[in-house]
Amino acid sequence: MLKTFLSYLIFPGFLFSACAGLIACWIDRKVTARIQWRVGPPWHQNFTDIIKLLGKETIVPSDSSKWTFLLAPCLGVLGLILATTIIGRAALVPSESFLGDLIVVLYLLIIPAVAMIIAGASSGNPLASVGVSREMKLVLAYELPFLLSVTAVIIKCNGAIQFAGILNHQLNFASNIASFSGILAFVAALICMQAKLGLAPFDISEADQELMGGVLIEYSGLPLALFKLTKAMLLYTSPLLLIVLFFGKDLSLLFILLKFVGILVVFILIKNTNPRLRIDQALRFFWGPVTLLALLANGLALLGY
Amino acid sequence: MSHKVIVPIGPYHPLQEEPEFFQLYVDGERVVDIDIIIGYNHRGIEQLAETKHFDQVAFLVERICGICSSSHPYAYVLAVEDILGGEREVVPERALYIRTIIDELQRLHSHLLWLGLAGHFIGYNTVWMWAWKYREPVLDCFEMITGNRQNYAMFKIGGVRRDIKDEDIPVLKKALDELVPAIEMFRGAVMDDPVIKMRLKEAGTLTKQQAIDWCVVGPTARASGINIDIRRDEPYGVTDRVNWSVIIENDGDVFAKTIVRILEMNESVHIIRQCLEKMPKGKIDADIKDVPPGEGIGRVEAPRGECFHYIRSDGTNRPVRLKIRAPSFMNVASDKVAAVGGTISDAALTLAAVDPCYCCTARLAVIDKPSNKKIMNGWDLVKLSQEKTEKLKQGLSDTGK
Repeated sequence: MLKTFLSYLIFPGFLFSACAGLIACWIDRKVTARIQWRVGPPWHQNFTDIIKLLGKETIVPSDSSKWTFLLAPCLGVLGLILATTIIGRAALVPSESFLGDLIVVLYLLIIPAVAMIIAGASSGNPLASVGVSREMKLVLAYELPFLLSVTAVIIKCNGAIQFAGILNHQLNFASNIASFSGILAFVAALICMQAKLGLAPFDISEADQELMGGVLIEYSGLPLALFKLTKAMLLYTSPLLLIVLFFGKDLSLLFILLKFVGILVVFILIKNTNPRLRIDQALRFFWGPVTLLALLANGLALLGY
Repeated sequence: MSHKVIVPIGPYHPLQEEPEFFQLYVDGERVVDIDIIIGYNHRGIEQLAETKHFDQVAFLVERICGICSSSHPYAYVLAVEDILGGEREVVPERALYIRTIIDELQRLHSHLLWLGLAGHFIGYNTVWMWAWKYREPVLDCFEMITGNRQNYAMFKIGGVRRDIKDEDIPVLKKALDELVPAIEMFRGAVMDDPVIKMRLKEAGTLTKQQAIDWCVVGPTARASGINIDIRRDEPYGVTDRVNWSVIIENDGDVFAKTIVRILEMNESVHIIRQCLEKMPKGKIDADIKDVPPGEGIGRVEAPRGECFHYIRSDGTNRPVRLKIRAPSFMNVASDKVAAVGGTISDAALTLAAVDPCYCCTARLAVIDKPSNKKIMNGWDLVKLSQEKTEKLKQGLSDTGK
């Protein structure tokens, strides 16, 4: 009982994923800075930022609904802790995974986005409400191709809806990425993850330059820190999920680390070489080419490629 | 969502860090109307100019805008030299060349600055950082020639204040040579990148007719197919003695505006190179002592468009009246047609695409129409502001009790 509790709270749950996420954020900032001819922050910058936010005053706007406003960030972070722990434990000790945990994780990964929507809607700010409508459209846009690319993996692994099954299958045969359907599904999932993470070109709901932070505009202090933490943890969880789904052959620590940094750098490169899309363009993009890609992956997986 | 929501951009622009206020009336994502409120930054420069003598005003108008800080003094000295008989009659040859070099260097740095901001506005921060990186050598050139990165203080009535030294010329040429590939890279990056194209094409379109109706100037007009450029239409400096061409695009969207500015940078490099080749030796200052009574105008093609100065002298050492019309004042209004109908994302971009420089947009005079009496001017405004600050202070201390 205590062990389970600690696994959620410390490793591979909250504390570990938060630290790993903040380090991942640092890699993001550092690589971005180098691409842009800047020096970049020291490794502890994100930790410092979070600690600084904790010391700031929390301002609740008078026309917001107070409890929703304050609980939304907690919801996001809690949902993500569950998801990241399930994935982490499955990757470490496959025997601890339970039937259908993949489905559970897929649901849990939507919660941060839902939390953002609730947060923006409860803050009663016009810019936030525009951000909310964008975030909603974006979730609708990327969830379809994302789920489709996951089904391609499930088909590939003979219908396993359990991380242990998926990892086992890859261990016995080959990583999913080493097949045509795997490559297509991976590309689709990667693009969807980019949107899930809210990185450019899909940082539409926050859009500093148009909405000045969008859904998060009214947040300050601890709740803002929680949202930043959620983002950071997501930056750790998403590559991890992709590794489990597509690169499951060799899960030794060194290889996990290499794959993790590799995927992270791909995210960062996409982020830094693309302008932000308009929401209608993003919707068209996800429901068009990306969905087609994922469907194709499903077809190929069914045919056994 | 059928009810209109106001999305405010301002009163302090989150990106351009300048005081302006755009109220976007939106229906969902679509912008249905826009209110443009400017004039938060009234500094009373025209009034102030009447209290300074002619030489001082050149420094004063330089501070209207930090980015086109050669256009305003240039237009001002042109206006004064117009009273004296015209720039060509008064100013020594070498000074004409130096003036043109400074003016074009300024265009280079200003367009690179805008390019960076445009990149930032579409969330493409890499373009932002890169554009500003390549802008640095231009500013270094300024520092080498004038001693300052901005506010060069190069222009004086009858000439320029500093000469370009012979040993500086190779450095300048080298900086230009290094800039050309960078401009080429940006041109390629903008024209060939499908995502940028998707984002900029058909965003904030200003048709030729609309551009004429709203009297836009400079690159904003040229991107809508209007063939105007003061440098060609009313040459000053040596702009008619060097080969260059006016860049025209016909689409009127943000993409066209970007292309116009990028290609104009090439022309500027071209102009500066020719000036450096042709520049004769000689005096740089005509040593003007007195300004006779009369009135004159000066027009300069600033990076943002036509910058116009009018000056009247009564023979004393101070201007009786200085009237300035800055380009952004004309361009910002056109957002009313360009931004409406697009999405919020496009609107934010469109507002930036005219390269607004709010420092030069502040204008205020309240006039009672029937009696044509001035009710309020710059000084009254300052007083009003001080009174309001006092009142606010009072309010704060009341609530503190």
